[in-house]
Amino acid sequence: MPRMPRGPIEKPKDRKKVLLRLWTYLYRHKWMLLAALLLTVSGNLLALVGPMLSGKAIDAIGLTPHQVDFPTVFLYCALMAGFYAVSSLLSYLLARLMIHLSQKIVFRMRKEVFERLMELPVRYFDGHQTGDIVSRISYDIDTVNASLSHDLLQIAASAITVLGSLLMMILISPILVLVFAVTIPMSILFTRYMTKKVRPLFHKRSVKLGELNGYTEEILSGQRTIKAYRQEEVMVSRFDQKNKEAVDAYYNADYYGGMTGPSVNFINNLSLAFISMFGAILFLFGRLSIGNLSSFVLYSRKFSGPINEMANIVSELQSACAAAERVFRLIDEDPEPADVPGAWKFSQVSGDVKAEHIRFGYDPEKVILHDLSLNAPPGSLIAIVGPTGAGKTTLINLLMRFYDPQSGKILLDGRDISQGTRKSLRLSYTMVLQDTWLFSGTIFENLAYGKKNAGREEVEKAAKAARIHRYIMSLPQGYDTPPG
Amino acid sequence: MKKLFQYLKPYVPRMTLGITIKFIGAIMDLLLPWILSYLIDNVVPKREIGPILLWGGAMVLAAVVAVVTNIVANRMASWVAQQTTQSLRHDLFRKISYLSSSQIDSYTIPSLEARLTTDTYNTHQMIGGMQRLGIRAPILLLGGILITLTLDPMLTLVLVCTLPFIGVLVFRISQKGIPLYKDLQKGVDSMVRTVRESISGIRVIKALSKTEYEKGHFEEVNSDVVAREKKAGFTMALSNPLMNLFLNLGLTAVILVGAFRVDAGLTQPGKIIAFLSYFTIILNAMMAVNRMFVMYSRGSASAARIAQVLDTPEDLTLRPVKREDSPFHIEFRDVSFSYLGKDNNIEHISFQLKPGETLGIIGSTGSGKSTLTSLLMRFYDVSSGEIRIDGQTVDSIPPDILHRKFGVVFQNDALFADTILENIDFGRGLPREEIEKAARCAQAMEFISHLPDGFSHMLTSRGTNLSGGQKQRLLVARALAGSPEILILDDSSSALDYQTDAKLRKALREEYGGLTTIVIAQRVSSILHADHILVLEEGEAIGSGTHQELLESCPVYREIATSQMGEAPKGKEGV
Repeated sequence: MPRMPRGPIEKPKDRKKVLLRLWTYLYRHKWMLLAALLLTVSGNLLALVGPMLSGKAIDAIGLTPHQVDFPTVFLYCALMAGFYAVSSLLSYLLARLMIHLSQKIVFRMRKEVFERLMELPVRYFDGHQTGDIVSRISYDIDTVNASLSHDLLQIAASAITVLGSLLMMILISPILVLVFAVTIPMSILFTRYMTKKVRPLFHKRSVKLGELNGYTEEILSGQRTIKAYRQEEVMVSRFDQKNKEAVDAYYNADYYGGMTGPSVNFINNLSLAFISMFGAILFLFGRLSIGNLSSFVLYSRKFSGPINEMANIVSELQSACAAAERVFRLIDEDPEPADVPGAWKFSQVSGDVKAEHIRFGYDPEKVILHDLSLNAPPGSLIAIVGPTGAGKTTLINLLMRFYDPQSGKILLDGRDISQGTRKSLRLSYTMVLQDTWLFSGTIFENLAYGKKNAGREEVEKAAKAARIHRYIMSLPQGYDTPPG
Repeated sequence: MKKLFQYLKPYVPRMTLGITIKFIGAIMDLLLPWILSYLIDNVVPKREIGPILLWGGAMVLAAVVAVVTNIVANRMASWVAQQTTQSLRHDLFRKISYLSSSQIDSYTIPSLEARLTTDTYNTHQMIGGMQRLGIRAPILLLGGILITLTLDPMLTLVLVCTLPFIGVLVFRISQKGIPLYKDLQKGVDSMVRTVRESISGIRVIKALSKTEYEKGHFEEVNSDVVAREKKAGFTMALSNPLMNLFLNLGLTAVILVGAFRVDAGLTQPGKIIAFLSYFTIILNAMMAVNRMFVMYSRGSASAARIAQVLDTPEDLTLRPVKREDSPFHIEFRDVSFSYLGKDNNIEHISFQLKPGETLGIIGSTGSGKSTLTSLLMRFYDVSSGEIRIDGQTVDSIPPDILHRKFGVVFQNDALFADTILENIDFGRGLPREEIEKAARCAQAMEFISHLPDGFSHMLTSRGTNLSGGQKQRLLVARALAGSPEILILDDSSSALDYQTDAKLRKALREEYGGLTTIVIAQRVSSILHADHILVLEEGEAIGSGTHQELLESCPVYREIATSQMGEAPKGKEGV
């Protein structure tokens, strides 16, 4: 899916804390950061000198033929070329440096999130949607990354450019600067209007598109059922409804969103018109040279660029903070409690399972197992029967210590399982879980999961034993087929 | 793209109008710097304030006209994009709805899904974007060059000389960058997949103590993404500094050459200033043209993928064959079938069922049980042999009539995010009594009546807010509700406990007598009472008969029966 603005500006709950914590990631690379800052400042200062030089060159040309001061023109042109070249080089170095820095941070964040995920208790995954977790490790970290690598520098660069060009313009003509007294409030008002009006529309657009996608996924995965009950037309008319909502939301967002480009352009054009008009008048009174006017026009462009961008940057930063907060919240989740000190390792268990007075509920308020006791001697086959929802899967969760009971204990070979290491306990079981789990990769890789260096013959033998060898061979790529 | 133009055709008048308006807007944008130069070179020397204000006013006016026309034209473009996308998406969805199962298999569902979502989104963007940029960018580009030519041909030449450098640069970088970003997207996809799998397999990972293994695996994927992102980023990072460099060197050259021209009395400084403005306009237009190409290539790739589906020929056409008189309700005659035209998945299957009889099909995963019912419902055509219902071959019965005969519960069947009532009725508009009767027989009434809002209880997508058994009962109710002639239960009793299973069988017998039933099972207990039992292994029938007959004649069946039921056939295992 294309990425779209996520809608109303999300505000982090405790911005200061989040920023401080983000700072610790940056601080780890403080020398790189310092270098980046130096590059930004020097690059932008150099770029600011450009228009001034070109103004001087134009003044050296003068207004009348045969009076051009060539040595001066050459000097300024050479200076311009040199300054621009160095400034471009610096900005390229800066971009590389920032990519390097932000990727280091992103790598670290993703690693921390994933490693924490692997330590989290099963309860966490039962209570959170996979899609939500995935969006934290991909979308949220991306958002933080974009902000770190782009917005921070943008702010530094903008500040320098805005202040620098304002200063230059004041130096050239303080009166002409008054033009911005008209155009800046206009762009601020416009930006505020757009933010208020357009953000919710873009949010709605991505929500509606998401709904359409969800509906499509649901219907396509049930297409066989729909065919069997000949409900194609019903589904088409429901799809039409969702489709209409989606394209309407898109149109509404575009209706106002399509104003942004032309409007920003308009404000720029307006200041150009005012500057030309008043600049010409000032020229008449000898208060401004023609080169000054040219430099002023160029500075005014530099000046208004970042101002138009300001609103975007602020909202991007805000959503980056919110994203960072979500990421940190996941990293801060409590992991599975550590094994008790001095826990023993189960090895070569004979398989004597006892449960004594187990009381358990996923939600402590809703108890599923009340005072359950059972005894399974080694080698016995125990069948667990009961109506759906009676807690059959729950018992397995407790035996494997995916969850711990609220009271009572479970004994394996006479030893309380809560006193052993989880790893040794879990390795003592073999099980087929209710929802069979296949990961992508080929069938061969699935059959050999976790067992490094399993040979082809070994795997084929297992497949034959499970009577799926011939089925696998009928697939287009045999054992190298990825499961659907 | 041809296909897309068919959809755009009705909007040609509207688009023409929009483009004309856009054209006016672009001209206004071009006019501004020209007025500026005229002001400086021709008006100012007159030393009168009146004309200066007049020409300044003209600039403001041009700016206003530009903003109004551009906004109006953008809205018209969005409207056309909205209308076309809506009908394109509608047609695509309808087409996909009626694709045959083998066509769906060959496209694969994720790919069809992507065509309906990402691809229609891309074309939507393209239709809107091309109308907006498609006319504006070339006009600004050509118009800009044209105007500068009239101002001063020599300076234009200087300007135009730098353009190829910039053009080549932008082109080369996007040529290199786009595949790199595709690579990056692949890397991100595989990272997301890794995370998804680790989460959904968390129990297995923990049970096998593979967390360290998973961490190591993720670290590899993570570094891979970082490497790809850096590579793409470094390449793209070249573009802005280089572009600025060329731009600014071009400006310097204009000033330098301008100096000679002014000295020779061939040009005026106002024109140099106007040039600086046009230069930015022309440059932006070039970038826009480049963006257009990217948008176009992505959009037309998507349009091609959509057109491919829309142009898929009709499959599973009717082949009228004369009806035979037959005492059998369902008859398979020496049926063989292969999904891929490679190894047969079903080989030489024959059986007959009289009205009201029950067939049990048993066999391990991949033995072809579900394939038999798919063939019966003509989701696929047989490779050889014949399937008849009431003496008519299934490929001679119109699909509407054919499917009305069946009530079916598939393996992992779909429940939708809707009410329980709607999930049973499933758009058929059945009378309430029928639905309640079906729910009662399917043993679903009990849990439904315990829900606070009964039949209007909302299910989540895929019915994740129900237990396995509850889902199965709803699905059986759906299958029964249309009063079908033939009921197909594909493994649907496996999640029912023994008692419920027995009650369901009894209710079927008493309330839906005469229903021919096919039960697919992995457990002998589910098919014990069937009139006929077919034992499948790797697509072949290795036994057929009743439970008693098979116990004697079929060693495989006997083995399954003893291993599952032991000496006490009433025992139920499973978690």
